[in-house]
Amino acid sequence: MPTRRGTGAREGSRAPAASEAPATRSETMRRLAPYLQVAPLTLLLLFFLVIPVAAILVVSFWSYDEFDIYPDFILDNYAWIFTSPVTYSIYLKTIYYAVVTWAITLVLGFTISYYLVFHVKNLLWQIGLFLLCTVPFWTSNVIRMISWIPFLGREGLFNQALMNAGITSEPLEFLLFSDFAVILAYVHLFTLFMIVPIFNAMARIDPALIEAAIDGGAKPWQVIWEVVLPLSKTGIALGSIFVIALVMGDFFVVRTMSGGQSGSVVSAMMNEIALLQYPTAAAGAVVLLVIVTLMVAAILRVVDVRKELAG
Amino acid sequence: MRTANGRRPFSFYVLTAVFVLFVLFLYGPMTAIYILSFQGPTGGLTFPMRGFSLHWFEALFGQERTGDFAGAFERSLILALLATVLTLVISLSAGLAFRKRFVGASVVFYMAIASLVMPGVFVGLGIAIVLQILKLTPVWWLTGLGAHLTWTLPFGLLIMFAIFNRFNRAYEEAARDLGASSWRTLTEVTIPILAPGLIGVALFGFTLSYDEFPRSVLTVGAKNTLPLEVFAMTNTVTTPSVFALGTLTTAVSFLIISAALASIVVIQRRRSGKAGGGR
Repeated sequence: MPTRRGTGAREGSRAPAASEAPATRSETMRRLAPYLQVAPLTLLLLFFLVIPVAAILVVSFWSYDEFDIYPDFILDNYAWIFTSPVTYSIYLKTIYYAVVTWAITLVLGFTISYYLVFHVKNLLWQIGLFLLCTVPFWTSNVIRMISWIPFLGREGLFNQALMNAGITSEPLEFLLFSDFAVILAYVHLFTLFMIVPIFNAMARIDPALIEAAIDGGAKPWQVIWEVVLPLSKTGIALGSIFVIALVMGDFFVVRTMSGGQSGSVVSAMMNEIALLQYPTAAAGAVVLLVIVTLMVAAILRVVDVRKELAG
Repeated sequence: MRTANGRRPFSFYVLTAVFVLFVLFLYGPMTAIYILSFQGPTGGLTFPMRGFSLHWFEALFGQERTGDFAGAFERSLILALLATVLTLVISLSAGLAFRKRFVGASVVFYMAIASLVMPGVFVGLGIAIVLQILKLTPVWWLTGLGAHLTWTLPFGLLIMFAIFNRFNRAYEEAARDLGASSWRTLTEVTIPILAPGLIGVALFGFTLSYDEFPRSVLTVGAKNTLPLEVFAMTNTVTTPSVFALGTLTTAVSFLIISAALASIVVIQRRRSGKAGGGR
C-alpha cells in the first residue's frame, strides 16, 4: 500500500480560522470519500471474484444429474476425486510441470535480471532491454504458444536442422506433443513473470553493498550467493508465486502442446465442465486451490513479500 | 561490473550470450509464424516457404473461413476498450482512496492480490457456476467483461500505488491554496501529472483483456472472443490461416503497445522541455 505521505500536513494547512459548523458537511464528505472511491473496485471484486469463488466452494458439496445441479451437502464429489486412481497421476503430473518450470524460469529469470541490473550500466539500454523482455507479456499467449508448432513438428525447423546437420536421420518425434513441448511452452510464456519482480528487487540493491563485498575480498560467486541472492528474495518469491499459480491453473498449453496425450488437473476439470458436472469440477478446483494456497503460504513463510507489494 | 582495469569481465560475455539466446527464444518462434502467414497458396504449416502471398489472409475473410473471425475480432476490440476505460477509472479512483486511511483497506488490498494470483480459469468456473444457479447465460460484454476486470484491475491498482508513491503532493496543495475545488484539482493538476502512469494502466487494461484466454472460456457465452477463436482454429484448421490470424492479432497488440510507449515518451520529453532542462 502507498505511504500516506503528508496526510497530517494537509489538515494543518487548511484554514484553521474556519468555524466548526459549516465545516462538518465537507468534513463528513472527506471522511466518506475513500469509501466511495474504493467502492467500484470492491464491488467488482466482490461480484466477479469473491462470490464466484465462494460459489465454487458451496457447489462442490452439491449433487447433480445430467440436467442440472441441486443444493445438497454430500462429500461424493470429493470422494470421487480421492478414490480415482487417475487423480493422483494427474496431480503428480501437474506438480511435476510446476516444479520443473519453476526451477527453469527461476534460473533464467535470475540470470537475465542479474545481467540487466549489474552488467548493463547504461540506463537507457537497461530500460530498452528490459522492455524487450517484457513486451511479449502484452501479446497473446495463445499465439505465442502455437508459434512453436512450425518449430517442433515432424517437419519442423528443429528436425530439418538436425537432419541437415546429419545428427539424426529420422525426425525426432518427442519434440512436439510431449512433456518437453509442454515445459518449453511454459518457460517461453512465463519466464517474464520471474524477470519483472526479480529485476525490480535487484534494481533496488545499493551498489555500495556490492562494492563493499568486493573490497572485503568476496569472490564473484560469493557476491551473487551471499549479497545479491538474499537481497532479491522478495522478487524471487513473487515470481515463484506467479509461475506456480500460472502452471497449476493452466489447461490450454497442456492440451495443445501434449497433443491431448497428457492432462493437467484443470484440463480434466474442463472435461467435467463440458459435461455440466459442475460439482465435481468445483471439488477439483477446491482441492487445487488448497494445494496452490499451501504452496504460496510456504513461499510466504520463507519470504515476507508484503513490503515488496507495498512498493 | 567492470574489473579494476576497466575491462569487462569474462562473465559479461557469457551472460550477454545467454541474454541474446533468450531474446531469440522469446521472439524467434513468433517471427517464424509472421513469416509463415505470408506462405504461398500451396505452402503448408512449416517451412519452406512456397512463394509469398496474402492468400491466407484472404482466406480468413473469404468463404473458406472457419468460424466467425470478423465478429470475434470486433467483440475482442470492444471488450478491450470497455476494460481499458473501466480499469483506468476504477484503478485511479481506488488509488486515490488508498492515499487515505479507511477501514478495510487491507481487506480490499488482499482481495486484489488474490485476484492476481487466482488461476484465471477458476474465476471463469465460479462465474459459470453462479450463472448456472441463477439460470442465466453468460454474455461477453457483461460476465466476460467482469471476468477480465478481475485480471486487469489488480495490475491497475499496483501501478497506481507505484505512481502515487512518486507523486509530489505539494502540487495538489498549491492548487487548493489557490482556491481550486477538489474536482478541479483532480482533473487539472493530479491527472495531467499522472498521465504517463495512467497510459501505462490503460496499456495493461487493453492488452490483458484483448488477449485473455482462461478467464474468457466459461464467461463469454455463445459468441467467441478472438483468443478463443484462435484456440479453436489451432485444433480444427490445418492451414497457414491460423498464422495469418495470429499475425493480425499481434499486429493490433504491437500497434497499441507502440502507441502507449510513444505517447509516454512524448509526454516526458515535452515535460523536460518545458522545465527548460532544469533538472
